[in-house]
Formats: sequence, C-alpha cells, structure tokens
Amino acid sequence: MTATTSRVNPNVSDATARAAAQAANENQPVTFGKALNTALADALVANDSVVIFGEDVGTLGGVFRITDGLTERFGTDRCFDTPLAESGIVGMAIGMAINEMRPVIEMQFDAFAYPAFEQIASHVAKMHNRTRGNVELPMVIRIPYAGGVGGVEHHCDSSEAYYAHTPGLKVFTPATVKDAYLMLREAIDSPDPVVFFEPKKLYWSKEQVDLAALAAEYEAKRAARTEGSARIARAGSDATLITYGPSVSTAMEAAKLAAEEGISLEVIDIRTIVPFDDETVCASVRKTGRAIVVAEAQGFVSVASEIVARVQERCFHSLAAPVLRVTGFDIPYPAPTLEKYNLPSAERILDAVDQLQWEA
Amino acid sequence: MSTEAHEDRISEVSKKFGITPEDYMLPARHMINLLDPDGTLREQSDQGTEPGHEYPLPSPAELMDAYSALAVGRRVNDQNSALVRQGRMAVYPSSHGQEACQVAASLCLEAGDWLFPTYRDTVAVLTKGVAPMEVMTSFRGEWHCGYDPKAYNCAPMSTPLTTQLLHAVGVAHAAKLRGENTVVVAMCGDGATSEGDFHEALNFAAVFKLPVIFFVQNNKYAISVPLAQQSAAPSLAHKAVGYGMAGERVDGNDLMALMAVMGRAVRLAREGNGPLLIEAHTYRMQAHTNADDDKRYREDAEVKGWIAKDPVTRMQAYLDDAGLLTEAAQAKITERAESVAKKLRDGMNQDADTPPSELFEHVFASKTTQLAEQQALLADELAREEA
Ligand SMILES: Cc1ncc(C[n+]2csc(CCOP(=O)(O)OP(=O)(O)O)c2C)c(N)n1
Ligand SMILES: [Mg+2]
Repeated sequence: MTATTSRVNPNVSDATARAAAQAANENQPVTFGKALNTALADALVANDSVVIFGEDVGTLGGVFRITDGLTERFGTDRCFDTPLAESGIVGMAIGMAINEMRPVIEMQFDAFAYPAFEQIASHVAKMHNRTRGNVELPMVIRIPYAGGVGGVEHHCDSSEAYYAHTPGLKVFTPATVKDAYLMLREAIDSPDPVVFFEPKKLYWSKEQVDLAALAAEYEAKRAARTEGSARIARAGSDATLITYGPSVSTAMEAAKLAAEEGISLEVIDIRTIVPFDDETVCASVRKTGRAIVVAEAQGFVSVASEIVARVQERCFHSLAAPVLRVTGFDIPYPAPTLEKYNLPSAERILDAVDQLQWEA
Repeated sequence: MSTEAHEDRISEVSKKFGITPEDYMLPARHMINLLDPDGTLREQSDQGTEPGHEYPLPSPAELMDAYSALAVGRRVNDQNSALVRQGRMAVYPSSHGQEACQVAASLCLEAGDWLFPTYRDTVAVLTKGVAPMEVMTSFRGEWHCGYDPKAYNCAPMSTPLTTQLLHAVGVAHAAKLRGENTVVVAMCGDGATSEGDFHEALNFAAVFKLPVIFFVQNNKYAISVPLAQQSAAPSLAHKAVGYGMAGERVDGNDLMALMAVMGRAVRLAREGNGPLLIEAHTYRMQAHTNADDDKRYREDAEVKGWIAKDPVTRMQAYLDDAGLLTEAAQAKITERAESVAKKLRDGMNQDADTPPSELFEHVFASKTTQLAEQQALLADELAREEA
C-alpha cells in the first residue's frame, strides 16, 4: 500500500477524506498496547455483556494505558475503577460471570495478582467443573508480566506456571501485535476463564498491522484460531526453539544470528500454554531432531520443564540430543541493574545450540 | 458512582427514619428479639427496637410458612446426622440449633433473588427450593455440587470461607448494571468474618451500593475457636459502619425476629439503599461436623444451656398459644418433614453411580486434546479391569 497524506481539500467529499485518513492510518505501525486497547474496545462494541474493571483502569486508562479512553467512550458502567483489592476484583468478576456478564479484569502487575490466587485456583478454575458444566465463567484475567523493562521487585515476575498448573484455566500469552489483538478477542469470547499474560516489555513494540482489517477478519470468523495452535514464527531445519511470550523475540534474534553461522533454527511460539499444541511442537522436533525450550521464568518445575517432558515422551526416537532449557535462574527476580544476567539472551541460546551434540 | 452519592443515599434513608446517618448505620443498642425463649411475645419496649430500627411483626401466614420450613429443617438435620452415623453420607456439618437463621435467609427472598450459602447452610438451600437429594450431593462424597445454581438462583455451598461473599457482590453488580432489582443474601459464620474476603466483599458492596445482605450466623465458635479470639469489635454487626452500611443484631433462635429483620433488610436493599450486615446470635448444638469432637473445646453445660432457647420449640409454643398451629396443621407439617426425610433415606441408600469418565468432561467447556487422551487412558484401564 502506498503512503497517502490526507490534506483538507474542500473539493474532496467527506467519505473520500475519511478513506484517505484511514489509508494513512493503515500504514502507521501499531503498538502491542494499542492492539490490546483496540481489542478491548471492539469487544465492548461487539458484546453488551463485556465489562472491564480493575485498579486505575478508568480515568487513567491503566498504568500501561491498555484501557486508555474506554471509560470516556463507553461510560463508567462498561469500564470502571474498583477499590484496591485483587481478590475482590476476581471474586466480583466471578459473580458477574455467573450472572451473564463477561468481565475482563486487569491485575496491575504480575506479583499483585497473588492476593487473588485463592479466588482463581478455588473458584475461577473450578466453578464449571463443580457445577457439572451448568455454570460457565467466561472471564479474562489480564496480567502484565515478565521483565526486561528495568522494573523493581514485585513488577517482573513470570508467574504463568502457577496458573498453567491449575486445571480449568486457559493460559494465553501473545508475542506479536497481531496476536495481541486476535488472542485477546478470542479470550474474551471463550466460554472458559482465560488468564491472559501480556509481556510488558512488548507493550511498546510496533508492527505494521491493519487493525480494522484484522477486526473485520476476526468478526467474520475468517481469522485462524490461535487457541491451542502454536505458531511457526520462523521456519528452520536444524533445531527447534520452543518459546512463548517475552522470549519469542529473543529466540528470533538467536535464530538470525545462527543463520549467519549456517545453522537453521525453527522458532515455535506456543501462544496458548493451555491448551497446549503438542502436534505443532512435536512435528517440528521430529523434523529437526533437536530442541531447546526458551522461557524467561525460573526453570525449576516450570512451563519449560513441562514442554521438555512432553517432547521427550513423544519424540524420543527422533531426538539426536537431549532437549535443553534456557530459562531464568532459580532466584527471585533480580534488581534492574542485574536483570540482564538472569534473562535468557540470544548468546545463551546459541551456547545451548552448540551443546546439541552436532556430529563433527 | 461517587462516594458523595452514596453518603447522600445513606443520609436520605436515615432522614426518612428521622435519625442521623450514624444511628442508621450503627446497630440498635440491643439485639432485636421479639419472642422469649418460651414463646411469649415480648413487650414492645423489650424488643430491642429503636426509632429507625423498627420491626413490625410478620403476618400469621408468613409465620406459619416459616414454621413449616423450620420443622422440615430440623428433621433434615437429624436425618442427615443419622445417615452419617450409618455410613450412608460422608460428612455433615449440621445446623441443628440454627434452623431459624437458615429458614429466614431464604424466605426473605423472592424467586429471582440469589442466595450464596456455605457448607453449614443446607437447610437454607433446601428452603430456597433445591431438591433434598440435590442439596446433599456433595456431602455424600460426590465431585460436583449436585444442583444447577442457575435453575434455583442458589450458588453452590462454598467451602473456602467468605470467598462466596464476593461472588454474591458480583451477581448483584451484574443485575444492577442491567437495571434489574435482584437482591442477594450472602451467608457466612462468625469465624469467617476474620477472612480478608469478608472485608473486600463488604467494601465492594458498599462502594458500588449493591443490594447484598451479608448474613452472619454467629454460633460462637469457628470449629474450636471462640469468637473472642476472632474479633475485638463491639459486635460483628458494628463492623458495618466502617464500610458505610447499616448493621443490625438479631436473636438467631427467634424466627419471628429474624423474619422481621431480614424482611426489612431486603426491602431497604431493593429500594436502592445499598448493602446491610445482619448478625444473628445463635448456637451450634452439635459438633462442627461428625468428624469433630466438641468436648475438647466447650463444656457440656454450655451446650445444655442453649436447649431452652431452641428455635423450633419457641416458635411452636408461640403459634400454639396464638391458636394458629392446630393439631391438623401440625400433623400436616410433620408429614411434610417425614416425606423429605424419607426422600433422603431412599436416595442415600442407593449408591451414587457417577461414571469416572465424567471427571474429564467439565474441566473446560469442551475437552482439550490432553484431557481426551487421559480419559481414554482411564477408560482403557477400566476395560482391562473388567475383562
Ligand atoms: C479459607 C478457609 N480456611 C479454613 C477452612 C477450614 N474451616 C472450615 S469451617 C471452619 C470454621 C468456620 O467457622 P465459622 O465461620 O464460625 O462458621 P461455622 O462453621 O461455625 O458455621 C474452618 C476453619 C476453610 N473452609 N476455608
Ligand atoms: Mg461459627
């Protein structure tokens, strides 16, 4: 699409001017945060039962501005601030979902979702099962997570394993601007509760995405589903990097560097930890015969560990080397000045690639 | 909605009663008590009422219906305890002694209103209209709650203390946003008021001005721990004022007083005056559950002292004296209670027969690939066992 500048021209009709303005917009790169914001707005338009609430999500638009402008546009009945109480936010959302609403709630930061853990583990995850399928809880718990932004303690946790370990919760984590939009729309429309992890270091990342076209595609059900469907982020033939969320960009960087050395790495973006797409992951590993799981969370008893186990159970006879992990260390998330030593880096991934027992 | 609007509403309703907002929110000096333990109607000056805390007597018809539910509730409690002793039921937290609270919690509601009960509140759930065997499903060791909450507007009985109060707040909030005037009764025990979710639920309900009645059955113990070790508040009802809502104390073994207090609370809430906190003073006459040994933490004499305050004999004596409870009426009520007890005996004497394969069916709205694989694995194991 060619760039068009929209000039105010009295000879051009309103519609043409609008089309021109839109064409200009289509060419603007869109941030990850804007894609989430648009997904929320579009969901509010699409379904009257969608309500958004949390801490500072109203007037302020959220500390990351993901709900920016929603209260102004949709009113305080659709997007509002709550008292400071995470268990209260989740518990109230459960009741609203029981009573035919679709709450989309924001936990301000990863570690501040912990006060709500009882509500999430004991009720969000289990209400459908407890009521033998009679009560669905279509709700989304949005959690900005992970590091890489120089955040202090309590602001950088990768807490996905707690939720993924709990039967009854779906766990999504987008890694691209396009997926940010599509996956949030899918999460909101899901009959099941979804814990939606937003890698906060990606909020300001940009891609050339036509959100209006994407919305139309989604609403016409023409968009490919992301739930339970891992994405091949980069095709390759020598080894597979299996990753998700904030680590996808790091894996992509490693793959680029490896290519310069003549090693072809395939990168798989898991997208939804629950439900897990064994098929795509295993097809890739069977093809390449080597795999490394990359994740920012501490590695001990982690999602990465689970992926390794699944791969070796299913692909053992195709493997030429042990499946390795490159993860955060088993330490509390370090201070901003030290986080770079903890985060999986492209170099650390390439070191692991070197260990994949290549024949001389 | 702004806090100012809320204060306005509280001052408006208190003005209507001719009292200050503080006097509206603070419980009356004495708990509301209409019937003496022996069933005599108290002098009006002894009922604990005050200006703005006035409680007209329920009608004879209301009292008769409530007494009928009370008698059924007592019979159900005793039947269930017997079924536990016979090994037909896994566990039962009896509300023997608390049946008046149970009955009032449900009878004050209209059909579209919601109830959020705890494990102790089987009689309230039964009174809400849930079929007897459905109510007791979880206590016989089943994996699900036994009834469809949406069919009865009655949540599953909650085990994690006070978590359900927040769900009650959410149900009320959703209804309010849609312009429906649903009222919600949310139940918990005295010990449970120490939990964080108790605070969060009351605060949310008050801030969003939601029609929720928080109904606390103060039966003096949380398993073994007496109330003095849970709270230093002047009373549990006094906690209301800290949230900006009205609180009241009521004799929890006096069905007439409970009907009056809960009825007024529901009316106030439905009129848009926000939530209320009602504390009912009662006593758990049996151990916490059949697995508990209450001799380790309370004196026999204390328990015996409460026999004279029994809610069933008290109401029966009043209705008898008032000439409302004819022999024929009592016979009919007894017959109803016996038929519910029989339903429970017959139901519990049949073995529960849930196929293990169903354990995988409702984890999500539709089964994941992984759950389908695990379901197949179990099915295969069972098939081999049978072969
Ligand atoms: C969050 C939580 N903590 C502990 C328990 C275990 N427990 C079950 S009942 C109970 C006592 C509750 O006492 P109270 O609220 O007074 O209600 P009562 O049993 O007297 O009706 C406890 C500690 C629980 N169910 N949930
Ligand atoms: Mg108690």
